[in-house]
Amino acid sequence: MKFSGQLLAILGAVSLSACSGVEPWVKPYERAHLADPIMSFSRNPVADDFASHVYQVREGARGAEGGHGGGCGCN
Amino acid sequence: MEAAVAATERRAPTFLRAARAAAATTPLALLLVSPSLDAGVLAEDRTDALYHSYDGGGVQVTGPSLLVRKGDNKQFSGALNYYVDNISSASVDVVTQGSPYSEKRSEWSGSVDYLHADTTMTAGYTRSDESDYQANTFSFSISQSMFGELTTVTLGYSRGFDDISSNVDAAVDESADHQNYHVSLSQVLSKNLLLSLNYDAVTDEGFLRNPYRRVYVLDDPNDPNGLANFNTPERYPSTRTSNALSANFLYYLPYRASLKLGYRYYADDWDISAHTVDLRYTHPLGSRWLFDVGARYYQQTRADFYADLFQRPDQQNFMARDKELSEFKDYSLGFGVTYNLLKKPYGFIDKATLNFNYDRIWFKYDDFSDVSGGGPAAQAPLYEFDADVMRFYGSIWY
Repeated sequence: MKFSGQLLAILGAVSLSACSGVEPWVKPYERAHLADPIMSFSRNPVADDFASHVYQVREGARGAEGGHGGGCGCN
Repeated sequence: MEAAVAATERRAPTFLRAARAAAATTPLALLLVSPSLDAGVLAEDRTDALYHSYDGGGVQVTGPSLLVRKGDNKQFSGALNYYVDNISSASVDVVTQGSPYSEKRSEWSGSVDYLHADTTMTAGYTRSDESDYQANTFSFSISQSMFGELTTVTLGYSRGFDDISSNVDAAVDESADHQNYHVSLSQVLSKNLLLSLNYDAVTDEGFLRNPYRRVYVLDDPNDPNGLANFNTPERYPSTRTSNALSANFLYYLPYRASLKLGYRYYADDWDISAHTVDLRYTHPLGSRWLFDVGARYYQQTRADFYADLFQRPDQQNFMARDKELSEFKDYSLGFGVTYNLLKKPYGFIDKATLNFNYDRIWFKYDDFSDVSGGGPAAQAPLYEFDADVMRFYGSIWY
């Protein structure tokens, strides 16, 4: 679990640095492409969860399927 | 022999056991309650009705999945999912250790999202039922959006409680607990590029093997070229801990299309390590059609207590012959088509689509033999099979 501890420490540091007010480097008006539905890691959660399930039950690995969500906070 | 045959008729093969594990230990359960990448935005209201089909290795699995999500457009969004697997199995394990059987697994999931400023909290519950296995999973996650909504960090935890019995042995009354710790980071890297990093640590404790499966042991330990038998039950450790880390990139191409590239590394204390690479290309055509093509590659090493063939029933403390714990690889190719039914909103429906996805998967095992042909164990060919996976579904947004 040493690995996970290090990862949590890094994420914690990133979270704390959020308080310092970083300027967004991609402006809201530059996010048209990111707002396109084709820029979603998972456009259809039910279908994608089933696809993950098919592999999970036949492979030894599990977790970090990841890549869900998408978009850019443009709404 | 009657009892033995009955046992294998109702045996819950790897597919079921793993399906329950998936429901209980998160990946699946946690994903169901994960908020979208945008912690500051509630998920869209939508309903999906899906029919799924899997056919491969003598196993057919079909069933529906229905998801309904509705929110108040302010702070709350709730989702309910009903999922069914109807299984008809004559897998290589079933053929070599018993008789084909049919069974049903049903699963209910519910979750509630609460949005406050740039923070989304999600609580969820999943219950999975079948004749010899019940699983209850509770999960919670919190997502925080920051840096002008360019970054979202999600922390998640789920805990599962499973009850395991046997359809042929009333003495089997076991349990297993699962815990999943999840961390993910979603990052806008540029106006055309997204990154998603995901980490899951999973710990299992309790009865982790299949109560029906047996290992393959030589009749005569001094005759490696002789016959073998399935008289010895598997023996597994009572704990398992795994770590998985993935990185996924999604890129908007110079024309309107996207490319996704993902990689995952996995390792656990059963000595299994695995690499997964997947690629997806999405291409719209006009305002109504959307096409996806994808490829995926997976490979893993074997668990340290796995063997295709054991010399003696007491050869070692832990013994397994589950092909999912063997050394193997699989790769798949697939495509998807989405058709947008509405050019403009109709009544309360903002958008409606019909979708079809097909994947073909090839599994090739490096140390799992197909012993269904009988004869000396050492002469059995390595096992391999193909599977066809289909999803047909309709979705509406409102």
